[in-house]
Amino acid sequence: MLTFTLRRLLLAIPTLLAISLVIFLLVDLAPGSPMSEIPLTVPPDVRQRMIEAMGADQPVFVRYVLWLRQFFWVEPAQVINHWFGTDFAAGEQRILSWQSRSPVFTVIGQRLPQTLTVIGTAYLVGILIALPIGIYSAYRQYSVFDQLGTLFAMIGFSVPTFFSGTLFIIIFAVWLGWFPTKYDTMMEVTDWESFLKQLRQMALPVLTLGLANAATISRYMRSSMLENMVQDYVRTARAKGMREKTVVLKHVLRNSLIPVVTVIALGIPSIFGGAIITENLFGVNGIGAALILAIHASDLPMVQTLAFIFAVLIVVFNLIADILYGLLDPRIRYD
Amino acid sequence: MRLKTALLGAAASMVLAGAAFADRGTDGELKLTFPQAVSIMNPYLSGGTKDIWASSMVVEPMAGIDPQGNLIPKLAVEIPTLENGGISADMTSITWKLKPGLLWSDGTPVTADDAVFTAAYCMDPAGGCSQATKYEGVKSVEAVDASTVKVTFEAPKPNPYTAFVGALSPILQKKQFEACTGAAAPTCTDANNMPIGTGPFMVTAMTINDTVALAANPNYRDAALPAFATAVIKGGGDAEGSARAVMETGEFDYAWNTQIPPDSQAAMTAAGKGQFVVAFGTLVERLEMNTTDPSPDLPEGERSTAKHPHPILSDIKVRTALSKAIDRSILVEVGYGAGGKPTCNVIPGPDAWASDNTGCIAQDMEGAKALLDEAGWKDSDGDGIRDKDGKKLHILYQTTVNPIRQDFQALIKDWWTELGVEVELKAIDPGVFFGGDPGSPDTFQKFYADVEMYANNSDTPDPEVYLGQYQCKNAPTPESQWQGENINRFCDPAYDAMIAELAGTTDIAKRQELAKKLNDMVTKDSMIVVPLVHRGTLSAHSNTLGGVVMNAWDTELWNIADWYRVK
Repeated sequence: MLTFTLRRLLLAIPTLLAISLVIFLLVDLAPGSPMSEIPLTVPPDVRQRMIEAMGADQPVFVRYVLWLRQFFWVEPAQVINHWFGTDFAAGEQRILSWQSRSPVFTVIGQRLPQTLTVIGTAYLVGILIALPIGIYSAYRQYSVFDQLGTLFAMIGFSVPTFFSGTLFIIIFAVWLGWFPTKYDTMMEVTDWESFLKQLRQMALPVLTLGLANAATISRYMRSSMLENMVQDYVRTARAKGMREKTVVLKHVLRNSLIPVVTVIALGIPSIFGGAIITENLFGVNGIGAALILAIHASDLPMVQTLAFIFAVLIVVFNLIADILYGLLDPRIRYD
Repeated sequence: MRLKTALLGAAASMVLAGAAFADRGTDGELKLTFPQAVSIMNPYLSGGTKDIWASSMVVEPMAGIDPQGNLIPKLAVEIPTLENGGISADMTSITWKLKPGLLWSDGTPVTADDAVFTAAYCMDPAGGCSQATKYEGVKSVEAVDASTVKVTFEAPKPNPYTAFVGALSPILQKKQFEACTGAAAPTCTDANNMPIGTGPFMVTAMTINDTVALAANPNYRDAALPAFATAVIKGGGDAEGSARAVMETGEFDYAWNTQIPPDSQAAMTAAGKGQFVVAFGTLVERLEMNTTDPSPDLPEGERSTAKHPHPILSDIKVRTALSKAIDRSILVEVGYGAGGKPTCNVIPGPDAWASDNTGCIAQDMEGAKALLDEAGWKDSDGDGIRDKDGKKLHILYQTTVNPIRQDFQALIKDWWTELGVEVELKAIDPGVFFGGDPGSPDTFQKFYADVEMYANNSDTPDPEVYLGQYQCKNAPTPESQWQGENINRFCDPAYDAMIAELAGTTDIAKRQELAKKLNDMVTKDSMIVVPLVHRGTLSAHSNTLGGVVMNAWDTELWNIADWYRVK
């Protein structure tokens, strides 16, 4: 297992380097200019000086190598400096966003907590809704509950969040006035009252995303349960006179969870990636909203860094899912 | 006795509370929302309107501009003029005098050195200052004494109100930005996000591209203002969401730039929580006619250049016919509602500068058809499309991807098709269209199309610079790396001569007359520019927010110090 993990980790290095180059070239070759949001009243020579000040006029490979150096040396050095009070890479330029002229990692640091709380909660809520629906739907296949569960999943799959989110805003915020439509990112939870307020402002984005997540996971849960329900060991368990509850929740569920856990683990990088549409709709200043803003403004350093971090997370969580699979199912051995 | 004292005390405190009503910070929190979030609070490093408007709450210029387009003193004691000696007789220098006793929000005094520093900060070529045009033609900026600043120009300047005027050119604190000049400018994140200013508010916290938290400036020059103790600008989402948060849910007091479809405007107003307000500046949605041939058959480097005149649009009759076929009132109704009005002018305001040209407002389909017949474009083969010398009347009409613009394209295509013109539509990503990349064939400057539509405006009420765009020398060419503002490649020596005359004219009435003539030359006389809609900026404010006066010539938040809570 250890050799497997090490081998996979080593293999990840060239993969990630290749990914970083591809992303960089893709973002760079994509049409658009960081100057496109500047009003037309700013004359061309001023624009040219602004581009030079950003370093955006350098050849693409110079910028790529500079970015690599900043990402793998300057930025980690900053973190080490912060923790241990050392003075590595002093005076070297950090990765600066073209849009806000501030370090990309400062922006990420400001936004990650929001993404993790809102999107993470939505993911958790999604799982908590999905598992019972999936289990019971499979246990009572073709029952009314199963049909309703299927309907729910179909709606969750096919209704895009920009539609369901707007619908929730109109129903719960405009008509009923229960929840706010804009997320207050400056709010700090200090007491019971502010905690309730935080819950209220999280309600709509969590509901919107949670439903979409639940739809996917409940389908996986259901099909995995169905597969196991007809296995011989289930018949044996029943024949031994075990109670139905024990058969379903202990024997079948445990075995059915193996692929579902993998699916859940593979979905975790998307929590860090945020949810572009939902975050924008509710004004949650998460990573997803940052990414779309940066794309609109052709803010290359920001897009590049975010996309690369997502790539790292996806590679890492794929590895974790593989390892989890081996741990949960002793029949699978990687050595 | 003790009871009496207590009652007296209570009465006294009530009187005090009554007096405090008009005091600073008694109206709680002011909540603003912008559809585009604020990225940076230093207007010299941002070109985005959202950033400039937000920073105008904190940093201030010598003078601002009121809703009528007149200058009003902000940090200056008065507006320098020729009459009061503030502008030298030869018009090569202007002298600003600071109000006495001005303090920065950190309590230190504002001096002429700060203004001198600000000019040097923006004029540093390595800094990439986005407001460099404000300091163009400035030879030197010097401190005459601690409160007097003299700006000297390289040549006589009839309009010297550029540096230190308006929200684009505020004064920064020297102490805070001293280490941030030139190439170091973008690295000063703290200073750029939390500038120390003289305005009614100061930044207390900022999350980039999301929220700016502000508090009343304790050292603001009017001790009774602002009425609000704190303010917050929440950004992000879209215009619809921002408008909803003010007009329907009442979560916010003010939403900037709520340009939403007319039917949504009506529905939201019906909710009764707020109102839309509009200010008309100089923003005009227009069709630009290409006077050069954009044909792909021409070799690269000759396409859309003065070497090859346009085979169809070089004829003024065709251009006029295309304009006559358009019903501008319908365009306004469909696209902008209260936020727009039909116009035939490139300079639609201020009123004193706008020509009385309204000839294009009424649609004249028959007149348009007659003009095309006259120009020799007739439908000889009966396929519904006019032709001449074996060539079809075909027009490629491009604009950016934007729902309103696509509606406009569809409507205009219908009218032109009725006229017998074959119209091909093209919509380009705004990032590419306005990006100015000389390698891309789709920029508005390259103009590889016959007609294109976008909006442009003058950033000052005096349109000299703006009208100067249509001079021959400003045409984008391969030699200029396709940079230049005269995207029609319009070239009229009489126009260039009149621009030169305008630059040398100081009498305001004469300037206005010249501006009107220049406006007519590019619009009704030549139909090079076909204006469609005079667009306003539409914002929304809650019924509980008082004091809002829209301003199209300066920041919309120009009088935010006077805003108050309606009780």
